[in-house]
Amino acid sequence: MTSTVAPHVELVEMRGIVKRFGDFTALHGVDLVVAEHEIHALLGENGAGKSTLMNILYGLYRPDGGTIRLAGQDAAIHSPRDAIARGIGMIHQHFMLIPPLTVAENVVLGDERSGPVLSRHALAARVRELEERFHIGVDPDAKVEDLPLGLQQRVEILKVLYRGSELLIFDEPTAVLTPQEVDELFTIVRTLRDEGKVVIFITHKLREVFAVTDRITVLRAGRNAGELVTKATSPSEIARLMVGRELRQVQARTPVTASGAVLEIRGLEARSDRGATALQGIDLTVNAGEILGVAGVGGNGQSELAECVLGLREPTAGSIVIGGADIAHDDPKRTRERGVAYVPEDRRTEGLVLAFTVADNFILGKQDRPPFSTRGVLDDDAIRTNGDRLAKEFDVRPPNARAIVANLSGGNQQKVVLGRELSERPTLIVVSQPTRGLDIGSTEYVWERLLEQRARGCGVLLVSSELDEIRALSDRIAVMFEGRLVATLAAADATEERLGLLMAGHAEAALA
Amino acid sequence: MTLEMLIGASVFAATLRLAAPIALAALGGVTTERSGVTNIALEGSMLVGCFFGVVAADRAHNVWIGLAIAILAGVLLAGLHAYAAIALRADQIVSGMALNILALGLTTYLDYQMYGTTGTPADLPVLPDVQLGFLKGVPYVGDAIGSQNLMVWTMGVLVVLLQLSLFRTVAGLRLRAVGEHPRAAETVGIDVRRIRYAAVLASGALAALGGAYLSLGVAHSFTDGMTGGRGFIGLAAMIFGRWTPVGALAASLIFGYGNALSTSLQGASIGDVKVPVQLLGTLPYILTILAVAGFVGRSRPPAADGLPYETEGHA
Repeated sequence: MTSTVAPHVELVEMRGIVKRFGDFTALHGVDLVVAEHEIHALLGENGAGKSTLMNILYGLYRPDGGTIRLAGQDAAIHSPRDAIARGIGMIHQHFMLIPPLTVAENVVLGDERSGPVLSRHALAARVRELEERFHIGVDPDAKVEDLPLGLQQRVEILKVLYRGSELLIFDEPTAVLTPQEVDELFTIVRTLRDEGKVVIFITHKLREVFAVTDRITVLRAGRNAGELVTKATSPSEIARLMVGRELRQVQARTPVTASGAVLEIRGLEARSDRGATALQGIDLTVNAGEILGVAGVGGNGQSELAECVLGLREPTAGSIVIGGADIAHDDPKRTRERGVAYVPEDRRTEGLVLAFTVADNFILGKQDRPPFSTRGVLDDDAIRTNGDRLAKEFDVRPPNARAIVANLSGGNQQKVVLGRELSERPTLIVVSQPTRGLDIGSTEYVWERLLEQRARGCGVLLVSSELDEIRALSDRIAVMFEGRLVATLAAADATEERLGLLMAGHAEAALA
Repeated sequence: MTLEMLIGASVFAATLRLAAPIALAALGGVTTERSGVTNIALEGSMLVGCFFGVVAADRAHNVWIGLAIAILAGVLLAGLHAYAAIALRADQIVSGMALNILALGLTTYLDYQMYGTTGTPADLPVLPDVQLGFLKGVPYVGDAIGSQNLMVWTMGVLVVLLQLSLFRTVAGLRLRAVGEHPRAAETVGIDVRRIRYAAVLASGALAALGGAYLSLGVAHSFTDGMTGGRGFIGLAAMIFGRWTPVGALAASLIFGYGNALSTSLQGASIGDVKVPVQLLGTLPYILTILAVAGFVGRSRPPAADGLPYETEGHA
């Protein structure tokens, strides 16, 4: 009896990949093997080396060691151009789109397949053809800057398909999407696999791994931590491999202890930087000892809401009452003096001065008062003592108050922000995307600190686009859509599906 | 004051003549800034174009060789800027300013060495006017454009060519992509540096054309610092014109008209009040400040304009 077994083709075979950035080794000899016809998850915490590995495969970085084979052939990939020529396409986390150009122009850019003169009509027709084949809908003549993020991502996918890619790398593709958009993305990804494409899905979200992938490679700290078949594993096994230890459970919420409003917003309206209406008729109350989560897809007014409370943005109407006084038109300094702390959404540009030391960052906003300064002259000793104390108290690593903040990891940078903001015993904390870009360990730390403040009787206004975070921490959840609060739910009533519908603007369906 | 002084054919002709060098610099500005490189050394490129155009035309007794050398000089100066801005990722304003000072110093010094006692020769071959005989006798039009310099027409053709290539061709699409989001362009295999080099060099050539026109087409001589900030005014026209060739031309015409008025209204008066010509002469500069400050319509520069680009991972 003879049987011919088709040779099992490994489409991608990366072996012993090493990558160093200066003194730092990002990858210590990592292997990644991806077979044909599969959706392969590349899983790991932030900083585990996932993106570095994929940037090597895509030719953006050069490896310092190791081999790459594509479909059994040795491959040297020196640039994205090489990668594209070999059928590799990347859907970047930060979209690589050019906002003022049209969808069709973005799709064909760099590979226009045209004479020197472009015909817009022909371009649009070509893109439309591609859309029909892969069941992806988006208007070829629309300007990219006018599209919501979910559609912009489709443009990224079209770009890659247009170039005839056989391997599509998705770099954390769900970070900016609503739950419904995520489902639509998964449908597209499955269609791609069924059409014979291979997909590598970079993520740190376990739910997505189980929803859409076939096999999993786990990285931890620049090394392989495991290769798994999705059907034969469990979330806890993967989480253990990612983190290298068992996860602690975030402490269960105790019932609200204190009471009384610490923040009352009535009829708040404001404009965005571009002058468009950003907030309309916002009514919202945060009580002492309560975390109010504000959910929503980024760009629906959450940032403007936080800025209005802090006095960073001038409301056009309405009141913001803290401690009995309307502070809607106060500046940030006066607002902060009423016991308001602020953890801004971008710690690198708003939360910290990266070029300053840890100790100096700890006193930002407090530099003009004793003990840190007298009559306009800074007191170095007091600043250093304060820095050492807070660095220790907030577990900043390395525990060196003289370290430059730019050199700390994201998690430790956030600890510096928290140390500065929480050490003053605020009555209200406004936090925006507090764990964006942080690994699991740092996320746990931030959550615990926020819950600690809540237990102390502080009110917390938590703006986050991570539903897991909102649901893990909030006592009540308000959902924003297009500048309005479309609903406020008790945490127990806020199912993921319901929140997703509200975030996408389907209030009737969600509350039916 | 008469209507003739405001909108007469001679004012129109002067407007074109005065707008052309500004427009050429502005076209250079559009080209380089659309690729993401700010090039204030356009003023310097213009000035070396003025000077070396005169020197070459004088030595070779041929105005076309003069024009070619003028362009070459402008391109070389722009090349220094491109190297500093693209390869060395230097601050583009500092590099541009340094090159402007270099251009002024170099041309002034060489002018003194070569023509210090006599001035540039009177028998300098010059860029010809285009005589449109068939327009002779056509009222207004004949006087306005019947006898304009070749470079004015060249400028007009270049405006159309650049407008079309920027928005209708593959090269233009790539140039704009590089100026908006160089990393995105690189990820689809576009060579960001090459496009930026080409754009900066082209901007030097365009500015030098403007310079050659000033010395070989208008003044028929060289005097120190004769560009008088027209390269900078060109950059203002570029902003005013929202980084498009046609818009830049329109803005240049407004500036040119302001200049033309301050000549034609010389000595004019409204009733008993003398028109303050000197004050009127400041009009283009006031417009410039308003344009740059964004008061005259909102204009958005290319998103990556002036930002050095570093290829990730290869450094």
